[in-house]
Amino acid sequence: MSVFPDKVLYPPNNPIGDLVRTLVPAPFSDVLNGGLAIFSLLALASLTPVVLIWLERKVAAHFQARLGPMRVGWHGTLQPVADGIKLMFKEILKPEGADTFLFFLAPILPATASFLVLTVLPFDHHLQVTDLNAGVLFVIAASGLSIFGVLLAGWSSNNKYSLLGGIRAGAQMISFEISLALLMLLIVLLSGTASLRGIVLAQQGTILDWWIFKFPLFGLVAFILFLISSTAELNRGPFDIVEAESELTGGFTTEYSGISFAMFFFAEFVNMFVAAALATTLFLGGFLAPQMGWGMLDRLLDAVPGFVWFFAKTYGVIFIYMWFRWTFPRLRVDQLMVFEWKVLLPMHLFLLAVAGFFITMEWIPL
Amino acid sequence: MELPAGFTYRPIQNGATDEYFLNMGPQHPSTHGVLRLVLRLDGENIIEIVPHLGYVHRGIEKMGENQTYLQNIHLTDRLDYLSAYSNNLALCLAIEEALEIGVPERGEYLRVMICELQRIQSHLLWWGVLGMDMGAVTSFLYGFKEREPITDIFEELCGARLTMNFFRPGGSAFDAPETFLPRVREVISSIRKAVDEFHTLLTHNVIFQERTKGIGVLSREKALAYGCSGAVLRGSGVDYDVRKNQPYSLYDQFDFSVPTGTTGDCFDRYLVRLEEMLQATNILEQAVRRFPGGPHRSKVKAQYKLPAGSYWSQVESARGLFGVYVVADGSAKPYRIKYRSPSFSNLQVLSELVIGHKIADLVAIIATLDLVIPDIDR
Repeated sequence: MSVFPDKVLYPPNNPIGDLVRTLVPAPFSDVLNGGLAIFSLLALASLTPVVLIWLERKVAAHFQARLGPMRVGWHGTLQPVADGIKLMFKEILKPEGADTFLFFLAPILPATASFLVLTVLPFDHHLQVTDLNAGVLFVIAASGLSIFGVLLAGWSSNNKYSLLGGIRAGAQMISFEISLALLMLLIVLLSGTASLRGIVLAQQGTILDWWIFKFPLFGLVAFILFLISSTAELNRGPFDIVEAESELTGGFTTEYSGISFAMFFFAEFVNMFVAAALATTLFLGGFLAPQMGWGMLDRLLDAVPGFVWFFAKTYGVIFIYMWFRWTFPRLRVDQLMVFEWKVLLPMHLFLLAVAGFFITMEWIPL
Repeated sequence: MELPAGFTYRPIQNGATDEYFLNMGPQHPSTHGVLRLVLRLDGENIIEIVPHLGYVHRGIEKMGENQTYLQNIHLTDRLDYLSAYSNNLALCLAIEEALEIGVPERGEYLRVMICELQRIQSHLLWWGVLGMDMGAVTSFLYGFKEREPITDIFEELCGARLTMNFFRPGGSAFDAPETFLPRVREVISSIRKAVDEFHTLLTHNVIFQERTKGIGVLSREKALAYGCSGAVLRGSGVDYDVRKNQPYSLYDQFDFSVPTGTTGDCFDRYLVRLEEMLQATNILEQAVRRFPGGPHRSKVKAQYKLPAGSYWSQVESARGLFGVYVVADGSAKPYRIKYRSPSFSNLQVLSELVIGHKIADLVAIIATLDLVIPDIDR
């Protein structure tokens, strides 16, 4: 008897999972497999920000005609490690009059939320912790948790700048959550499944079978809208009104220092990775190789492991996020809300209607 | 409830809790130095603001009474550190007027060229900082990148990159080095290219236009009533530039236009400054073509003793009308010296402009007023 039903503890035929299963008797192998999965996700979640912080600083630097970190390690590769050590040993300050429990609870929540989303992402054919049949719903629910962290941080800091940042965050993230949910719904409608692995498998074939191209023209529009909405959801520039350094000094993180600030920082970068990974999964064929329909080349591309494609596409999307941030000025609070409720939301509803129309007319090969 | 000092608009009704006060500065990323603003807010909307000054008050005017006139020139760099040359020039003009000292032609050309270079340099910094206040950090570094060659010229000229000190009564402290003209030529072409780039990066950006058009509208009448000057005044459509209206040095011999705005909003002030940079390159181009030889300074005196009386001189610095009023008692030191700084008058309109706008707009408005706080506090 297995502790977990086979269907849930995915994947059953992962080579490492199979090896564990042959070596260890049944109930323990499942526990061991689950432990291994969580451990590897933890490793991913802690390494991703290290890479992304370095990448962000380098990308920003080259956009701005300078070099960026160059001193610590080769081309500054160890800079994030040095920063991390510095943050860990800094004193954690709590402002007078702050709500102690909430003040220290808040930094943990966003990191937890993004970690939860990682569990359902398909990194490769057989590299996924669990393939929920309502994976998309789980993603929406789990990523919604990160709002609490930001709101509580703004509220508990006993600082007007933090409070303003928290209020802005609440308004912004809840609004754009709706947009993102609608876009995910669009892909669910097109794929006919809410499982993230199922969505990737629905895009099998050549590069033209990815949802960005398979849903003619509207797919591309939906992808761009997804990029915009997720940038806003991530509170990154040009929608970084939550931090808005030049207005609110530090927004909700104004009063945080040391490791509790680092937790927010960490979560921000893991969130960016998660959002890019979702864009990859929903629109860019996830772990599938970009096949062109030419026999030789396709076999060559297929030989590359799926997770390489997954990470390559994800980092491509991340680069676009960074490109946004280092090019555009910031929107104002009310303009952002107008943009969401009067421009993006109607467009998303329209896209949904078009998708429904396409499906009933059977114009999309399923 | 009693209102804090300076607030006058209307008292808070008993029990009303939706209004609050927010202290912005003196340490705040976008108050540029040590300006302190107390905001009265209703959510994100600004009801009233009160600026508090004096955080970098050094008593320069009082200090000036105990310094000779030559020593006073050194103090003027510390007023508006981005227009140090113009400030030097204003005091020199007052001394020259009092003692009837003439300036050789080469000295006059040097003055015009350096003041125009400095106008460009100051506007470049302003453009970069404006972008950063709007959330586009990249523009900050682009502005500084273009500013660097000009700062290098200044360094070669007088040894300083900031708080430059160069002009003396009757000319300048040093002559221009041989590399001066080729370097200025390079700057002229690079700035013209850069302004094009700036238009692509910010001016034509939808978000930027949304953030600045119709924000902080300063009417023509109000601009005049508050004594605004510089790009703030011209952005509101008043065609006034000291260089054109009361020409000093050789400005009447140069062909340049004074750009003006129409509505007086942030976007107009922005465009006026960008156009001023191009006009400055026009002046520089003409000056480079006609740059004469000869001495850079007329005969040096051991001591400058101004005859008793009062003297006024004014120049157009990068921020507007900068004036010096000297009351002399016939000794080597001024009896009283008073500086009229453009930033002080330009700051006064801030409290009128921001009412009804959001915090984000306040930042944009401060940025387009182009305030330099040491110039206000003195």
